[in-house]
Order: sequence, then structure tokens, then C-alpha cells
Amino acid sequence: MTERILLAHGSGGKLAHDLVEKVLVKPLSNPLLDRLDDSAVFSCSGRLAFTTDSYVVNPIFFPGGDIGKLAVCGTVNDLSMVGATPLYLSLAFIIEEGLLVDELERVLISVQAAAREAQVQIVTGDTKVVNKGSADRLFVNTAGVGTVPEGVDISGSNAQPGDKVILSGTIGDHGIAVLSQREGLGFSTRLQSDCAPLSGLVAEMLTASKRIHAMRDPTRGGLATTLNELASQSRVGIRIEEEKVPVRDEVRGACEMLGIDPLYVANEGKLVAIVHPEDAEAVLQKMRQHRYGKNAAIIGEVRPDHPGRVVMKTSLGASRIVDMLVGDPLPRIC
Amino acid sequence: MRLVDDFRNSDLAKGLIGSIRRSSTKHVRLMEFCGGHTVAIMRHGIRQLLPSTIEMLSGPGCPVCVTDNADLDKAIALARLPEVTLTTFGDMLKVRGSRSSLQQARAEGADVRIVYSTLDALQIARQNPSRKVVFLGVGFETTAPTVAASILQAEKEGLQNYYVLSMHKLCPPVIKAILDSGEVRVSGLICPGHVSAVVGSGSWDFIARDYGIPCVVSGFEPVDILQTVHMLVGQLEKGESRVEIAYRRGVSAEGNKRALEIMYQVFEPCPARWRGVGAVPGSGLGLRDAYRRFDAEAAFEFDPGPTVEPKGCICGEILRAIKTPRECSLFRSVCTPANPVGPCMVSSEGSCAAYYLYGAADD
Repeated sequence: MTERILLAHGSGGKLAHDLVEKVLVKPLSNPLLDRLDDSAVFSCSGRLAFTTDSYVVNPIFFPGGDIGKLAVCGTVNDLSMVGATPLYLSLAFIIEEGLLVDELERVLISVQAAAREAQVQIVTGDTKVVNKGSADRLFVNTAGVGTVPEGVDISGSNAQPGDKVILSGTIGDHGIAVLSQREGLGFSTRLQSDCAPLSGLVAEMLTASKRIHAMRDPTRGGLATTLNELASQSRVGIRIEEEKVPVRDEVRGACEMLGIDPLYVANEGKLVAIVHPEDAEAVLQKMRQHRYGKNAAIIGEVRPDHPGRVVMKTSLGASRIVDMLVGDPLPRIC
Repeated sequence: MRLVDDFRNSDLAKGLIGSIRRSSTKHVRLMEFCGGHTVAIMRHGIRQLLPSTIEMLSGPGCPVCVTDNADLDKAIALARLPEVTLTTFGDMLKVRGSRSSLQQARAEGADVRIVYSTLDALQIARQNPSRKVVFLGVGFETTAPTVAASILQAEKEGLQNYYVLSMHKLCPPVIKAILDSGEVRVSGLICPGHVSAVVGSGSWDFIARDYGIPCVVSGFEPVDILQTVHMLVGQLEKGESRVEIAYRRGVSAEGNKRALEIMYQVFEPCPARWRGVGAVPGSGLGLRDAYRRFDAEAAFEFDPGPTVEPKGCICGEILRAIKTPRECSLFRSVCTPANPVGPCMVSSEGSCAAYYLYGAADD
């Protein structure tokens, strides 16, 4: 089908109605959404977590996922990183006129699949269509709410000296999978994005220990940036070992070719957990039993010295600073 | 061997470090010419592992860093011409010239596009016949043959809207200039790996012969670099000076004849200005008369304005290896990768960026 989204699809008239009902609401159907009221109404008890994120990935379809899956997983993961159980999401599209309706439908199917896996419901949404050139094909925003279980207190400020740093798997898969699709780079790889909802993994981890002090998903800026954020927020030092950080051969190879460091490449289905040393092994074992934590590893520990800094022991035994990402990683000249 | 992992094998590396420690008795100063080597040395923490008898110096082998402000100003002025689409490798975008950068010019409306190879630049020229597409030719002997090849291809296709602003530089003449200046004492030279893959290790014979300085061509992995240091220490301890290759998987004595042929078919050596070093005869590459019509400098009228150097920046001295980034009063305080003052902080292969990003834990 070559039907395209027109400006009229965003006008609020008949075309808009048809688009909402047939393309958008149908695959996501649930009692809260189907009412099509101006707001979704639901009750919750206990502490709530609330987050939002916008998605502008280019290209919108990439190996291992697309912008729809990313938009659900990203928000689910942000909720999960404070230990919340994700419940409800909003979903808003900004569409550049000319997008194939087919493509929008494919995105919706991914949204549906990811939401089902993460056990969340899309309960409200919005669609706008803008002139050609005013957006890049499709932008998505999601917001989400979840409930935080009793006894769980996870925050980037809670890392304590002595805590262990656990990484849930290989780094750089998403960033390299997306880069490989960009026009002009012209390298091919079988690599898939790691894009995945981590709520199930986190739920498992929380059964092993309530002493998970901090968690974060190393998305843009990569592992290096996330560790720096945690070190500075908690005013502690973090020391990691290069040899313990899992990196796939394909990612390492592509990074070498492009002159970028996998520590700075984006992930969409990984987490870093900072855990009380006595519970670290138990949490690690739980993680390794989960499909999204098979390659989990303890990569380092939190230290009282050098607060705010991340230091890495290189594979040769030397130590060096690992700083935050500055600007965009640009491929090198020679 | 596997191309990345085996050359990062920590047992091999530790064995080499032990062997270097045992054999090194004389105090020596080894210069790595190439920025790629500087980054690898800092990233793997190699300096910390070497005995105190071995001092490492970083040379001027970063093509972005050695591009003179006057040349940068030309590129920026050219990019601002309404009919021009300037194509460039990403590294050049953020480097400041006297008053601006390509990034800033782009934000102000100039058509500046990042490409990953000259083939992309040719493609842009083919697809936009109404635009005049200029490729910013920055780089050493590694890059210049690919730029020459793009000119030959453009000629073959009869492309009328493709130009090159050639700021290419040749490595052997600048190493000679640095050694001749007598400013810096070098006991051994870690020769650039990729440049040598093109020019051949034979290009360094004159250094071993005329200056009595041992030379070893190195690869870019930790094991390569340690092997190179080991070989240099071996020669220095015995008082020898030869050219050796520790990067046999990429480099031969003759180099890549086809690449050199193409490069010299299109370009000829000309004088060039290097940041920090100044004018060095025969160290640049200009277009030969037969290919003059591709020369952006001849094809366009533009005014780069007067050249101004950034105040307080010691990139020039750092490039000549007479100072290190830590000796610069701007380093880490005023000058950072997010807010770079000089080019050595901008380029991913610049010494200042390497020291900043990969500094030792006690920095």
C-alpha cells in the first residue's frame, strides 16, 4: 500500500478520525484507551514514578527495532531504573506529511509488541501532522507512570563506597546497529540493536535484593557518561576494569574502524546497577538467568577516593580517567 | 592472529613490558610522530607501565592539529560562498580558525556536509549539478591518494562541479624540519603506521642514516606499540640506528606503489605551513597543472581575512614536542573538548584531547 499521511490526517476532521481509530487505537486496544475520552482515568496506590522522553532516531527502522519499540522501551526503562513497576504510557506522534501509512502501521505493531512484553498499557495519545521539512519523518513522545514497591529506594544519589557495579550485558550494540544504517557509512553488520524493555529483569533483580542503591540505563553518551553521572550525583569515585566490560567483536571492530570508543556508544536494553557488596553476587545470578541479563558482569566498584571521577584499570594494568562524552562522536580523519 | 584482540592480549603485553624493563638501562626519549599512536598510548595507559628510563614525546602527526589558521580561514571563507557546498571529514568541523569554525559557518547558513570518504563527496557533486562541491583535502600520505583518485574519477566522468582545496601534508619533510631545528632531543622515533603503509618504511632511512636515530614503524594496538618500544630500546642499548618494521601486517619497505603513483600523478610537492612548525619546503601537496581546474583555490574568489592566533594557546609548542599539554595554563581549566581553544583539543587524535580524555588517574 502506498497511501501516505497527509496534512489533513492531523486536521481533526474525518481523515484524522479514521487514522486514530483504524491505525492507532485498534492495535493498542484496551478498556482505558478505547473510551477515547480526553484523559485516561485510573486509580493507583502507593508511591508513583512518572517520566517522559522523546524519540527522534534516524533511521526510524533499524536492525533489531524501530522508533516505536524504542519509544515504549525507553520510557519503560526509565521507570524501571527507579525500581518502579511500569503501568501506563501515553503515546504521541509528530508525523512529517508524506510518511507511508504502512510505515506508521509497522511502528504501531512494534509499539503493541513492546507494550505487551513490558506489561504496560497505552492509555492516551495524540497525533500531529506537520509540513514536509518541519520534522524528520516521525517523532514520538511517550510518558509513563508506574508504582514503586515498598522498601525500594533507588536513586543516582545513593551509591555507597564499597558497592559493586553490575552491567547487564554487552555495550554499544544499539549505537553501532543504527550507525551502520546511516547513509554514507556503508558498512554492513549482522548486529542488532539491543532495544528491550528491562522491567522484567529489574523485577527479578528486586527479588534478590532490596539493597540495589542506584540504577541507570546507559543510553546516549554510553556507559562512560552514565557512570560519570552516578559518580558525580552520589559524590563517590567509581573504578571499573576494562577486561570485565563485555563488548561484542562486531562492535569493537566497527568502533575501531570509525575511531570511536564503545564506552561512549548508546545502548537501549542495558542497565548499570550499583548494589550492596553482600548482595551483588545474588543479584548477578538472578540477572544471568534472565534473557536480557545473560552476559551480566560485575565490572567494578564504588570507591571513597576521587569523588565524581570514573577511573578504569586498562587491560594492561594501567589506570586512566574515563570522562563524559563531549559533543557527538565524530568519525576520525585517518 | 585476530586483528584486534590478539594485539591487545594482556599476557603478551605484560611479557613485553617485563622484557623492556630488563633491557633498558640508558635514559632515552622516544617520539611517537602519529596522533593515532598518542591516543593508543594514553588510552591503554602505556606510559605508566614503562620504566623511568624511557620518556615518551608526542609529535605533530595529527593532520587536523597541524592545519594552520590561515588555511582554516580559507576553508571557512570558501564554505561561506553561496554557490559552494563544502564537504569535509567530521574532525575539521569544530576547529576554530582566526574568527570562526566550519561548524559556526554552517549554523549561519553555509552548506557544509560531513562525508566519510571522497566517494561521498563525488556523489554529492553528481546529485547536485547546480552546486559547486569542494572537498576539503586535509590529511597526510594516507588520505592524499584517495583524494587524488577522486579527482581522476571526476575527470573520467567529466564532472564539472567538483573541486579540492588541497591542504595535504607530507610527513618525512616535517620530521626532518623538527630534527634540524635542534629544539627537541629525540633518541628514537616511533614511525607512523598508516603513513608508512603508503610511503614505505624506506622513507625513514635518512633519519637512521643521517641523524643516527633508530626508527621503528608501529601498529596501533598495545602489543604493537610495546613491541616497537622494545625494538627501539634494543637498538639504543647497542648503539645502533636502523629502520625496522613492527607492523609487518600493514607495512613494507617500498610502500603502496599504486597509491603513490596516483598521488603524484595528480599532486606535486609544494611548500606548506604547519601550525607550530611554520613553513616547511616540499611538505605540502599542490595540484599539478594538468589538474588545475579542480583546484578550489584557483577556481574561486574569496577573502580569508587576516590571520589571528588564539591567545595563550601553546598548541604550536606541543606539536613540536617541546611542551606537554599539562604545561599549558589553559589545559582543563579554559580549554576542554567541549570548549576547545586550540586544535590539539578538538581533534580526536590531538595530544591535548588524548591527555584530557585518557589522562592517568592521578592527573
